[in-house]
This record gives sequence, structure tokens and C-alpha cells, in this order.
Amino acid sequence: MEGSFAGLAHGFDVALAWHNLIWCFVGVVVGNMVGVLPGMGVLSTISILLPLTFSMQPVAALLMLSGIYYGAQYGGAICSILLNLPCHPPHAVTCLDGYPMTKQGRGGVALGITMLAAIIGAAFGIGQMMVLAPYIASIAFKFGPQEICALMLLGLLAGSTLAKGSPIKGISMTLFGILLSLAGTDINTGNERFTFGYAELSDGFELVAISLGLFGIAEFLKSVNSVSLAGVKNVRLGFRDLRPSRADLRQGLPPILRGTVIGSLCSLIPGTGPTIASFIAYAMEKKISRTPERFGYGAIEGVASPEASTHSAVQGDFIPTMSLGIPGDAVMALLLGALMIHGIQPGPRLIIEQPDIFWGLIASFWIGNIILVVLNVPLIGIWVKLLMVPYRYLYPTALFFVCIGVFATRNEMFDVAATLGFGAFGYLLLQLGFEPAPILLGFVLGPRLEENFRRALLLSRGSMETFIDRPISAVFIGISVLLLAAQVYAAVRKMRAPVKLPEEAFD
Amino acid sequence: MMRHRDHYAGALIAAIGAFAVVEGRSYGVGSLTAMGSGFFPVALGVGMVVLGIAMAVVPQSAPTGHANLHKVSAPDWRAAAAIAAGVVLFIALANSAGLAPAIFGCVFASALGTRTTTVKEAALLSLGVTVFGVLLFRYGLQVPFPILAGVIY
Repeated sequence: MEGSFAGLAHGFDVALAWHNLIWCFVGVVVGNMVGVLPGMGVLSTISILLPLTFSMQPVAALLMLSGIYYGAQYGGAICSILLNLPCHPPHAVTCLDGYPMTKQGRGGVALGITMLAAIIGAAFGIGQMMVLAPYIASIAFKFGPQEICALMLLGLLAGSTLAKGSPIKGISMTLFGILLSLAGTDINTGNERFTFGYAELSDGFELVAISLGLFGIAEFLKSVNSVSLAGVKNVRLGFRDLRPSRADLRQGLPPILRGTVIGSLCSLIPGTGPTIASFIAYAMEKKISRTPERFGYGAIEGVASPEASTHSAVQGDFIPTMSLGIPGDAVMALLLGALMIHGIQPGPRLIIEQPDIFWGLIASFWIGNIILVVLNVPLIGIWVKLLMVPYRYLYPTALFFVCIGVFATRNEMFDVAATLGFGAFGYLLLQLGFEPAPILLGFVLGPRLEENFRRALLLSRGSMETFIDRPISAVFIGISVLLLAAQVYAAVRKMRAPVKLPEEAFD
Repeated sequence: MMRHRDHYAGALIAAIGAFAVVEGRSYGVGSLTAMGSGFFPVALGVGMVVLGIAMAVVPQSAPTGHANLHKVSAPDWRAAAAIAAGVVLFIALANSAGLAPAIFGCVFASALGTRTTTVKEAALLSLGVTVFGVLLFRYGLQVPFPILAGVIY
């Protein structure tokens, strides 16, 4: 604990240095804006800005890119509450009660309670990270290649099966991502793999090209003719309108606390990020409510709880990423990729070897969240105006940013063409019902998985038993097997009883 | 429709897996003690073939959650063509004609992907983004393209 406070003090020194503070500010404002805009995702924004951070110091780059992620959570709620647009998955569930509140003229109160939920949720999430991350890292410090392999296996499995969509499709996306990461020169033998004679591929595919193709271009294709905006009516958003009444607070505070706990628990399981946390929080709130019939018609609990859970899950998401080097979702995979581009090896050593990054990041979370709450009050009016910018002006501009951003990564036009290819492929995947996010997980973890797998079997002279001989590794493998068994069980049960109402998942 | 979709999805994954197996074998698989470059690709490929088959056989779970979130509409060929044209124009024009024509071409072509945007609107938007883009990327971030090849560097 004492170490945490010393670390935090150091972190504030780092985060308050003016160049870091400015980039943190830029990150949260850009994130906030992107969160408001329908059809713009966090993943594509981080990927577009990633090349611009290459010339920055790694600390500033990470603070800014992370700021986009949690900043966007503040914007996403605005979109859901005022427009009923679930443009931002973690806030989709907020539409259910947020928009009815807007229709009743209580949109301002909904936004106000959202901000309160955000700051409470985030504060808890950050506190959890301060305590848990160094502790987890100190355990992981002793891991050998067997444990690292088993842990990655567990992380990848959880990341691809617990997220939305079909588990079989999720796992196949992860495998595809690992396969993509193998392209280029094999570091162990010097052989070129999957380069098809292109010299540009000898260093492998660019992370930015993959993520902008799969999440940028494919996203544009999906939304070009489907995002249309209704006007914002019936909303007054002065400072007074945002302030919840005493009764609202009494009704909203307990759900906020419950949501916070759910979010922080979800964030510890890889693969169950903010989106799942918000759905669970909503479902639970409805279940324990004495008046469940109010839900869907503007119940303040239906806004407060999922929002709090989203924000605490978003901050908690950083725990496995920073302490183990194992990202829980695609955004974290991208941030980890950014660190590696800056030459920083992720893993349990990061907290000790790079205290500037770890504690600077935590301090910047505190600063960033406070900036966001302070900013949001006067800026909400501007964000609402921004919502009026038609998507048909937005996406061509964004497409240009995609092209030039990918090019600038290493001044290579080949990568721009690759991005287009990944975009087309990503669109095909979406049409076939795949969720492409696990591809990034596989892509970022792939090389380390292969290296550690090779090393583990080299040490054991080819005996696969080495993974279950060592207790910690055996536990990870055991959990992975349980996870798979649960999925198989669920699939078998579904085969026997194929008729199921889709609403069941919600109640 | 849903069933058909899963068959295609399974076929796609199995095909990628089969390709990885064939290609991976040519890199040398090696043994568990001394793995060759092909070991991992082959292992992944086998996994993908198995999953591809499983996908076509096992009914896939219906997406849960907010209905709008997972709605996949029919392919929009006009939008697809416009966006592809935008990227292709950027690639083709940036080195040969310069940054300004590349930006203009990219934004103009992709803007026509919607049914509502008029040619005039697209041209105005492209002009604005071009001015902004040249200022930011040529003067601000020094991207190595001429602004207009042979005329303005």
C-alpha cells in the first residue's frame, strides 16, 4: 500500500509535467468528441492517431491514447441518452432508460447522474488498479515460459469466447489473428513466412493497417447509408438542468455503487470488458428492483448502474494489460501494440522498470477523469451541435485520415493497399456474422505465444507434460479447459432445445 | 439464411486453415523439441479447419443484446465501390500527382458513396479537407509528398 502512494506521487510528477498534461488533455477531449459522433469508433480513432504518436515520448503517447478510450465513454452516454443511438457498444443499454428520460424532458438529469456515475465508477476502477496491478505483477514476476504460455492461452480463450457472438467464431478469429502475426521473418530461424515475395512484408503486417482496415474501413462500409440522425429536441442543458434533485440522488446512488462493483469484477476477467459489464449491471438492477415495470420507461437506476459499471470496467481493463502484458480486449491490444512500437516490452516487469509509464498513466487517469467531468458541463451544448454534423461529411474526411495515417506509419504505400484489403475482408467477416475484435488480440499476442511455446518445449525436451507439471501453469490450463467445457456444454444444450426466445438473454 | 451464412463462414475459416497447413508444411514443421518455422502455422491451420467444420455443423448462438447493435444490412455496393475508389485514388495519386490531388480524389470519390450527397457538395467538402490536409500534413507533419507534382513542392 505504501508503495502505491509513493508510486502515485511519482506518477503525478510525471503526469503533471506540462507536455504530458497537454497530451492527456488532447486525448480525453478527442475521445469525448469521438464518443459523441455516431459511426466513429474508439478503435479506429486510436489507430488513426497512433502513427502521430511515433515522434512523441512513450509516456505522452500512452497517456493520450488511453485518454481517448476513457474519454469516449463520457461521450458515448450523450449519444445514447439524447439520440437513442447505440453507436457505442458499452452505452447501448443506456438507451433503454436514458432516451425515455429525454422524451420526458429529463435528459439533463440523466446526463447529470451519468457524470456522477462516471466519476464514482472511474475512481473505484483506478483505485483497484493501483492496488491490484503491482500485486499481480509481483506474482507474475516468477513466471517461466510455461506459465506465460498457459496464461496467454487462457487470456485468448476468454477474450474470444466470453465476448459477444458465437464462441466458435470468436476462437477462429483469434487463430486467424495469430496466423496474421506470423507473417514476416521468423525470428528463430530467419525464414520468411507468408510474405508471398513482397519485400514490404518481411517485417510482417502493420498493426495500424490491420486495425484501420478491420475497424475503420469496414465500419464506414457498414454505416455509410445506415447512420441517419434525428434532431435533438426537448432538451435543456444548462448547468441547472444537469443537476439531479435530492430524490434523484437517493434513487440513483445505490445503483451507482452496485454498478461500480459489477464493473470492477467484470474487468478482472479477460474478455468481459465494459460492454458486458453494462448489460449485467442493467439486468441485475432490473431484477432486484421492487418496481421492475418502470424499466424501459425512464427509470433512473437503468441509467445510473450500467454507466457506473462501464466506467469502472474501463479503468479496470488496464489491470491485466499493465500487470501481465495480456490485453483483455481489442482496445487494450492496440495500446499494448503502441507500447511495443515505442520499444517497451509489456509484461510483469513493466511496473518496476517503467514506473513513469505505469504510475504516470494512473495519475493521468485521475487528472483526465476530473478534466472530463469539468469539461462536460459547459461542453455538452457543443457536443450536441456536433451530433448534427452529418455522417456523410464525416466519413470521407476520416477515410483520408486513415490513408495518410497508415502511410505515415513507415512511409510505405503498400500498407495503405493492405488496409483496403483488410477493410474488404473485415466487411466480409461482418456479413458472415464474425466479430473481428479477437483478431487484434491474436495478432498482438501471437509472436510472444510462439516464442514462449518454443522455449517451453525446448526446456522440457519436447514433453507437453511440462504445462501441467508446474502448478501455476496447470491451474491456468485447468481454467481454460473448464471454460471450453462450459462452452461445449452450452452448445450441446442448445442443440437439444433449439427454440429459444431472444429476449431471454435480457431478463 | 442464418444457416447458410454459417456454412459460408465455416468454409472461409476452413479454407484459410487449409492454406496455412499447406503453406506451413513447406517451411519445415520440425519436432516438438526443435520446432521448425512451419510448426505454428500448421498447428493453427489444423485448428482453423476443425473450427470451420464445427461452425457449419453446430448451430451458432443468436447474437444477444441490443438489437440495433448487431444488425448487419445487405451489402451496399455503391458505398463499397466509392470507399475502395477513394483509397485507390489516394495510392495512385499521392506519389505521382502530389498530396493535394490525392486528398481531393480520396475525399471526393468516397463522399459519393451516399445517395444523398450531391457532386457539388462532395467537391466543396473535398476542397475544404484538401486545404486543411495540406496545411496539417505537408507543413505541419512534413509528409514526404509534393503538394502538386512539378508545380508546388
